[in-house]
Amino acid sequence: MKLQIASQLAIFAVLQLAARPDKQLSVGEIGAIFGVSNHHLAKVMHVLGRSGLVRSTRGAGGGYQFNGNPRRITLLDIVEMFENLGAGGLDADGPAITTGEARALHEVLSEINDIARATLGSITIATMLKLVERRSDEIGHTPKPVAMVKS
Amino acid sequence: MDQPGIFEGPAESSGVPPVQIIAATRFLDRIMGSRRMAKSMTTTLRSVKERLTIRRARSTDTPHVIALDARITGLAKPDYWQHEFASYSEQPPQECFFLVATPADQPEDSRILGYIIGEIRAWEFGSEPCGWVFALSVEPDARLHGIGQALFAAISAKFKEAGVTKMRTMVARDNRLHLLFFRGEGMMAGPYIQLEKELN
Repeated sequence: MKLQIASQLAIFAVLQLAARPDKQLSVGEIGAIFGVSNHHLAKVMHVLGRSGLVRSTRGAGGGYQFNGNPRRITLLDIVEMFENLGAGGLDADGPAITTGEARALHEVLSEINDIARATLGSITIATMLKLVERRSDEIGHTPKPVAMVKS
Repeated sequence: MDQPGIFEGPAESSGVPPVQIIAATRFLDRIMGSRRMAKSMTTTLRSVKERLTIRRARSTDTPHVIALDARITGLAKPDYWQHEFASYSEQPPQECFFLVATPADQPEDSRILGYIIGEIRAWEFGSEPCGWVFALSVEPDARLHGIGQALFAAISAKFKEAGVTKMRTMVARDNRLHLLFFRGEGMMAGPYIQLEKELN
């Protein structure tokens, strides 16, 4: 399964903010950690801000702060702000949706989709932060910036 | 009527050693970046440790387990539970664990706050020996106080003592509560996929 870039950025940003709930981070600071463009990230942060999951403060020293319950917010909650993980894997206006072949393929893709939704819906931000900690310990350092989106 | 064997072990501590509580607190402090939250968790975990007894189930627990399960699932299954108690009393006590959590300050035959059931099984589906958790339930009124975590920690310790290095469970995809809990305890998807078929 592959998430859209916006969903990935949103998850990374929320994890950074949730790990420091008392602090504010600017778009530039978050972008620098992951090596992504401020322009793309700003759009993502705007959506997160509108949802209430993060709150923003304007002006000097302003930025974004986590505003949710890390033990209640799941990855699915975030991903669904940016992409549709709805049922089925075939386009309704695609070819021959009424054929037996299409229905069979639809059933298999729906199974994959159901598992993906259950997985994303079962992992909270708090669980992800534990996972980040474990993976960082395994590789012996804290997460390094990752070049993911070229501006 | 009391049954001998697995149900007659001595009362155990909460199963959450103090060092684990401190580690959990430091971990929370580190990952959440919030001393206030970590302090709150310290209080909760200490409070759980002080208030809970986790011990092997006894036959006198049967009505409490049946009642708790019925309250949660809406379906009383006395025959099933009688069978479970009987079969667990016949299994090797070092491989099968039916643990219950009770309030530490009340008589040991008082109502239970939760239970967890698991056993070590080997070579089914080609799997090397590992600990399976078959059931976990906590009194709805007593949830969010770390009882499930304490039960999970206790059975994890039992599995580890018995020499296995992995534990597994199976959860319905739409059982959000259990999925969130087990994920929160660090469980990840395993190498097996459960398959089924309608028998028409």
